[in-house]
Amino acid sequence: MTVINLPEPEQLAARILRGERAAVASGLNLLDNKRAAARDRSARLLASLSAEQALPKGHLIGVTGPPGAGKSSLVAAMIREWRLAGTTVGVLAVDPSSRPEMGGGALLGDRIRIKNSSHDEGLFIRSLANRNQLGGVATEVWPMSWLMLACFDIVLIETVGVGQTEIDIAEIGDTICYVAQPASGDTIQYLKSGIIEIPDIFAVNKCDLGAPARKTAAEISRSAPRQDRREAWDYPVCLVSATMNTGIKAFHEHFARHRQFLANTGLLGKLRSRHQSAWVIRLLKEEFGTFGLELAGGRELIGQRLSENGVNQFAEYEQLRKHILSRFMSVNPPSSPTKRS
Amino acid sequence: MVAAQKKRDQPWLMRTYSGHSSAKASNTLYRTNLAKGQTGLSVAFDLPTQTGYDADSPLARGEVGKVGVPISSIEDMDQLFDQMPLDQMNTSMTINATAPWLLSLYIGLAQRRGIDATKLSGTTQNDIIKEYLSRGTYIFPPGPSMRLIADTINYTVKHVPKWNPTNICSYHLQEAGATPVQELAYALCTAMAVLDRVKASGEIAPEAFPQVVERISFFVNAGIRFVEECCKLRAFGEMWDELTLQRYQVEDPKLRRFRYGVQVNSLGLTEPQPENNVQRIVLEMLAVVLSKGARARAIQLPAWNEALGLPRPWDQQWALRMQQVVAFETDLLEYEDILDGSPVIAAKVRELIEGARREIDQVEAQGGIIAAIESGYIKRELVGSHMNRLRAIESGDLKIIGVNCFQETAESPLTLGADGGIMKTNPAAEREQIERLLAHRQKRNGDEVQAALQGLTDAARSGENVMPSSIRCALAGVTTGEWGDSLRAVFGEFRPPTGIDIAIDSREVLGKKDLVTDLRARVASTGSALGRPLKLLVGKPGLDGHSNGAEQIAVKARDVGFEVVYDGIRLTPPQIAQAAEEEGVHLIGLSILSGSHMELVASVVQELRSRDLADVPVVVGGIIPREDADKLLALGVRAVYTPKDFNLNAIMVDMVDVIREGNGLARLGLPH
Ligand code: B12
Ligand SMILES: Nc1nc2c(ncn2[C@@H]2O[C@H](COP(=O)(O)OP(=O)(O)OP(=O)(O)O)[C@@H](O)[C@H]2O)c(=O)[nH]1
Ligand SMILES: [Mg+2]
Repeated sequence: MTVINLPEPEQLAARILRGERAAVASGLNLLDNKRAAARDRSARLLASLSAEQALPKGHLIGVTGPPGAGKSSLVAAMIREWRLAGTTVGVLAVDPSSRPEMGGGALLGDRIRIKNSSHDEGLFIRSLANRNQLGGVATEVWPMSWLMLACFDIVLIETVGVGQTEIDIAEIGDTICYVAQPASGDTIQYLKSGIIEIPDIFAVNKCDLGAPARKTAAEISRSAPRQDRREAWDYPVCLVSATMNTGIKAFHEHFARHRQFLANTGLLGKLRSRHQSAWVIRLLKEEFGTFGLELAGGRELIGQRLSENGVNQFAEYEQLRKHILSRFMSVNPPSSPTKRS
Repeated sequence: MVAAQKKRDQPWLMRTYSGHSSAKASNTLYRTNLAKGQTGLSVAFDLPTQTGYDADSPLARGEVGKVGVPISSIEDMDQLFDQMPLDQMNTSMTINATAPWLLSLYIGLAQRRGIDATKLSGTTQNDIIKEYLSRGTYIFPPGPSMRLIADTINYTVKHVPKWNPTNICSYHLQEAGATPVQELAYALCTAMAVLDRVKASGEIAPEAFPQVVERISFFVNAGIRFVEECCKLRAFGEMWDELTLQRYQVEDPKLRRFRYGVQVNSLGLTEPQPENNVQRIVLEMLAVVLSKGARARAIQLPAWNEALGLPRPWDQQWALRMQQVVAFETDLLEYEDILDGSPVIAAKVRELIEGARREIDQVEAQGGIIAAIESGYIKRELVGSHMNRLRAIESGDLKIIGVNCFQETAESPLTLGADGGIMKTNPAAEREQIERLLAHRQKRNGDEVQAALQGLTDAARSGENVMPSSIRCALAGVTTGEWGDSLRAVFGEFRPPTGIDIAIDSREVLGKKDLVTDLRARVASTGSALGRPLKLLVGKPGLDGHSNGAEQIAVKARDVGFEVVYDGIRLTPPQIAQAAEEEGVHLIGLSILSGSHMELVASVVQELRSRDLADVPVVVGGIIPREDADKLLALGVRAVYTPKDFNLNAIMVDMVDVIREGNGLARLGLPH
């Protein structure tokens, strides 16, 4: 028998809301835990956290871009700005896992790039492996980002270095930033594919390299969406250098400006509730499969329930889980021990 | 009694790398060593001195006087060289990030004793590139660090002409796993980076540049494959000759000579049957003395007990006697180059040169060695080479006598003594050094100190050579930590890439049923039982730069399915505990080779308790004497691994079991 004591979700939620680091850590461990008992408690934890928390609080930022573009270095530079202003930051940094046949292990290397050497209680970094899930982020990231949002002003997610098909981050973040590598084929591919629509802010890093960076910035500016995807947003393209710390201030200010824009236009709430519905369905499907979704009325019906006004999706998620579990029990009742004798 | 009168070549300089506890204790040691026939000094500094901290800095805790001598100010320098004539000796200092400072203390001391700086001879290692790649006592980012090297070169060429301001080191690369080709290539790339930087500083007139080239010397390694190693040194000579002529237009062949000192390979010296190390050391030395045309200028040898701990005076004497036997008893020094004309040797030399040229091109194509360090390329190559070496030892393809074959042994009388066969440094050294330092700070003139430090800061900012202001600091009684902090404030600090992000070893192939696949299944099933994949934190607390073990454990753990967090060297216990908390790891593995394990482990365990993480199991690896291992286990550490545990798979099996045990699961034990 394992003797891991799972925490009481309601108490844990209270401690997390007070900003206790140890509680944040054990909450994240719980959300990551795949055992049945833990899934139950995870749902309760999320429900009690969201009962206390207004939906449009904080700022969820996604940072994506090709491998080695300088995402982590740039995140580090932004964190310096936020911490100088006294803003607290939680980071979820996702690194790739090796293939399951190769053991599925991972080297979680973003942390060392993001963290400066000094001790800082206002910064919390959790590294995650993507565990071979498609999409640049793992399923765990979404609930974890919500937990962190309960106690940090800003929650920042760094995806694995992505190609052009992996866009899940668009369904988590309020603000998505794409970090481009100067003169790289990846960026060109990215521009050609449709997903240039996704980022709100573009950074061309390594501008210390000169001409190639300027050229890439010009290319992005030409192709960036102008078809008013989100009304009056201007999709800035910034030339920055994380290592030389140039252009960071201006780049950094776009994030607060975008957050303000979303709030002013009423988009923030809508965006988040849309994202949450998508993830509730994804989590349910991961845990119970298509059959499980059918037992709860099917994907469409669930979608409708979740998008009703004023619904707390986390509470709803917990309800749906309970419902599916009870249906599973009745569809396939466990044999009673007496029968076996 | 035949050839006694025959004309013999002068032997090389014979040194012993040493220093410990305090300036006073080290001075006594040096004087006895010189009395035994040693002809040059080689100073080992402690880690706080090497990384620019004072003995009373929190970062220095447990490290003062451990692996070298602590030098906090000119007073310590004075005591270190007490009763030694600075103008008549040759002093080699293994000092890098703080090289301009230690050199300033030496020059300042000479000035105080009325000795002209032009009479000083010796070497400051002063090669920052290999610090980033292997040795770990870096402080500043590459840009300012290269400038400090250029400053010392520019200064000494003009004012201390007999000094070797920098020693390009490939020694440490081999100790981090480099192959002969990698050693050649990266050392020559480093030399180019240094010379190009000096040239760019514009402080040297073009016609004087050949003198700068002539001052560049090397510090190389020689491993047990002594034929190949001998060829490597011949290759070095040829390549340096060509490079200095073509790239720097040095016309005089004398100024193009490849001058080098040696410490022979220590990575291959073993903990089991340590007496075998003696023959290894002697064979390795052959590589650098056999060929007259490629013979070393200075040699220092490790001792038989290298993998056990620090050598005692008797162990060092034995190592010195090895050199003396080769130099004075054998007929080696009576001949011209005995390898000239051998087609076998010539072919091997060609092969090495071609390999090295290809690798140099590779680095140059990436923008030179500094760019290749920043991108992590070279460090990854080294970690990969070392991984290959360890895999070969595990599989038995590479035979290490007494380790993976011929393990049976009678009990060795060498390790039976009460001291366990190693040197114990003075446990009161740290306290005494702090007292000395506090007293020194009281005595000096505060205004002079402030003015000198301001001068240093100004020079650092303006780009003016930092040597004159550093010498002024030395004379004013500035401390090592003050010098370091002033420059940290101007230049900032740097953490290089860890290099562990290498591809999985593809020889551990799919579908094969072996220990690795078995391990992967164990890691996966244990992860499922606990609800999430196993997560490991590999931590290196303290100032210790020995990263090999930590890197190889991290890579191996990833290969068998762990999710691994490794944040590199030189972390504080609170940083490690904080990472363990934030990352939610199942196991913490600490790696400590600097001898400070008792203080550091206790302090990590304490930090974990204060964060409610007392349940997370801790294991420790490194140079841990038996009796200390028992003390660590009593502290709550679950397992201790030392170099004798060369089989990484076996360590992984054990680590999985430590996690299982800590979580109430049954141990799985060794597979059959
Ligand atoms: C290679 C080496 C170096 C290299 C390091 C390169 C690198 N990047 O790692 C270089 C040349 C740079 C170096 C420098 C120094 N070294 Co050194 N070095 C060694 C040497 C020869 C081998 C160590 C090694 O890498 N072994 C190979 C690896 C794979 O083995 P390992 O680390 O022991 O790991 C194994 C186990 O211990 C265990 N393990 C280790 N860590 C962990 C962690 C976990 C989680 C687990 C599960 C297991 C585990 O598993 C591994 C697999 O078998 C040893 C002597 C020896 N032969 O052991 C001296 C030695 C460690 N060095 C020593 C010293 C003093 C120094 C210096 C401090 C000298 C000085 N005054 O400047 C310098 C400075 C370094 C610094 N910044 O701290 C001393 C330490 C003395 C002591 N503890 O009392 C030693 C013992 C030599 C000696 N006898 O004097 N060194
Ligand atoms: N010249 C230059 N190099 C940079 C800059 N920013 C980052 N780098 C370098 O680019 C490399 C990758 O940086 P990271 O921050 O790790 O990039 P990343 O996108 O997070 O990488 P992954 O997480 O591995 O996909 C490192 O070698 C950095 O030193 C920059 O502004 N200029
Ligand atoms: Mg990254």
